Amino acid sequence: MDIKAYIALSLTLFTTGIIGVLVRRNAIIVFMCVELMLNAVNLLLVAFSKMHAVSPAAKASLTYASDAQIFVFFIMIVAAAEVSVGLAIIVMMYRNTHSIDVNFLNRLKN
Amino acid sequence: MNAIIFSAIWGVLMMFTGAFVQSKTLPKYLAITGAALLFLLNGIELYNGTPIFNINGMNMLAITSMNLTFLEVIFAATLLFFMLSGRDVERVGEHVSEYFALIFFVLCGVSLSSTYNTLLLLFLGIEIMSIPLYVLTGADKRNLKSNEASLKYFLMGAFSTGILLMGIAFIYGGNTNASFYIDQIHLGVGKMPVMITVGVVLLIIALSFKVSAAPFHFWTPDVYDGAPTVFTSFMSTIVKAAGFFAFIRLFKTSFGPVQGQWQNLIVFITVATMLIGNVTAVFQQSVKRMLAYSSIAQAGFMLLALFALNQTADDGIILYSAAYSLATIGIFAILIKMNDYTIEGFNGLAKQQPLLGLVATICLLSLTGIPLTAGFTSKFFMLTAAVENGHKFWVVIVAVIFAAISAYYYFRVIQAIYFKEPSSAEPVIDAERVSGSFKILLAITAILILILGIYPEILIGWAHH
Repeated sequence: MDIKAYIALSLTLFTTGIIGVLVRRNAIIVFMCVELMLNAVNLLLVAFSKMHAVSPAAKASLTYASDAQIFVFFIMIVAAAEVSVGLAIIVMMYRNTHSIDVNFLNRLKN
Repeated sequence: MNAIIFSAIWGVLMMFTGAFVQSKTLPKYLAITGAALLFLLNGIELYNGTPIFNINGMNMLAITSMNLTFLEVIFAATLLFFMLSGRDVERVGEHVSEYFALIFFVLCGVSLSSTYNTLLLLFLGIEIMSIPLYVLTGADKRNLKSNEASLKYFLMGAFSTGILLMGIAFIYGGNTNASFYIDQIHLGVGKMPVMITVGVVLLIIALSFKVSAAPFHFWTPDVYDGAPTVFTSFMSTIVKAAGFFAFIRLFKTSFGPVQGQWQNLIVFITVATMLIGNVTAVFQQSVKRMLAYSSIAQAGFMLLALFALNQTADDGIILYSAAYSLATIGIFAILIKMNDYTIEGFNGLAKQQPLLGLVATICLLSLTGIPLTAGFTSKFFMLTAAVENGHKFWVVIVAVIFAAISAYYYFRVIQAIYFKEPSSAEPVIDAERVSGSFKILLAITAILILILGIYPEILIGWAHH
């Protein structure tokens, strides 16, 4: 399949994530949108890895082409670490305010 | 290499201390020992050129004397921070050794992100640096402001990580070498390929988020204000300097040859950062919030190194990190002891605590950039680098004008310290919180600022070792 299709799909997912982060007010949903952004990147990296592996220019350095697939595992691990810290922060906030609405944040400005 | 491994090991050790040792003061001394050992081990590596722990890194780490000198500055600042503010870390909450452990994990991330040679390690370094900081920001669990700061920092940090990764993916896609190594990115002839251009723009946005450059700075004042003051001191100095160092190294090594194609974006970010940081700081009543905006303003000056990208800029960023960290850690160490964080709270400090007043003044003068202090020399290096760059001379003039504006809000605090009477009968600082050793350390900080201001070659010499 053409690489452009993968880029289009990945960018659609990524933009959905960005819009979600900017528009939604529920901390959990915002958080899910961030995860969506990371997964869009994973998809794109794997697609690029395959693209490089079959292109004649990168054939010479074939070992590098698989680097992106390893990168995806690192992104997953870091995302898992972020989830554990992020959910802990959201729970801590819920205990104190009984709300996970991001609009609460505006109180800091006053 | 020494620093990366040792800081991770010491962080784990500190965590176990928390589980098995009840003493509340022991973690502080262990942390000071750890920071001193880190300083020493990294110094040995810088001096001998061979690490003690040697691992085949597949060329993924660039261990150069410049990177190691920068790390040496970071560890010296951390050591000073532990000694000055260790007691205040104990006052944040119950889990003292965990706080120190998290700081050591941040240091591990700092070591990675200042010696990386591939985009993978850049990403890992920045994440290892950020994730413990989200926890530290929310360390004061019962305080609503701390909670909100932590959530905000976390959401913004995770968001910018997504953008950073998208940038990395596009650079990988457009790079016909199919490599993540930062010195092997193939930029083509003439104009950059579209995918690389998109990647560069996304990387600039994401890293500007991390170093809180305008227009991506909006989280900074709230997070720095809401976090426990000791941790604000740590993250506004050491972590921020590390972010800048990573930013500059990436753009110098990978995209330096095509600087003309992205320089305009950096010029816009630099000028906007200086404008927003300096102008907003003028209107702040709380010194803590003023220092948060001043850190944005100083970030604008550090961005000049990214604008210039030459040898002087490399020397300048190391010197600037040292000068800015020393002065900010010093002023924060005094601010934490104050009963009132507003500018009026500083009224008459010099009469009650002459030494503290003097050190605070020296730190503020250094932040302003008055000659004889480290702040002056580092600003001088930055401006020289920007002039040597040869393009867009007006940026230098703008920078000097904003440096003059910054004198207003720093001098307001100095004025309060020396020329105002205390507003109430209560002392501005509880005398029992200011120990003799604290005073000696503050004096050492002030002397270091003056020494670096007069002999900057001491530091620069090591970078060219």
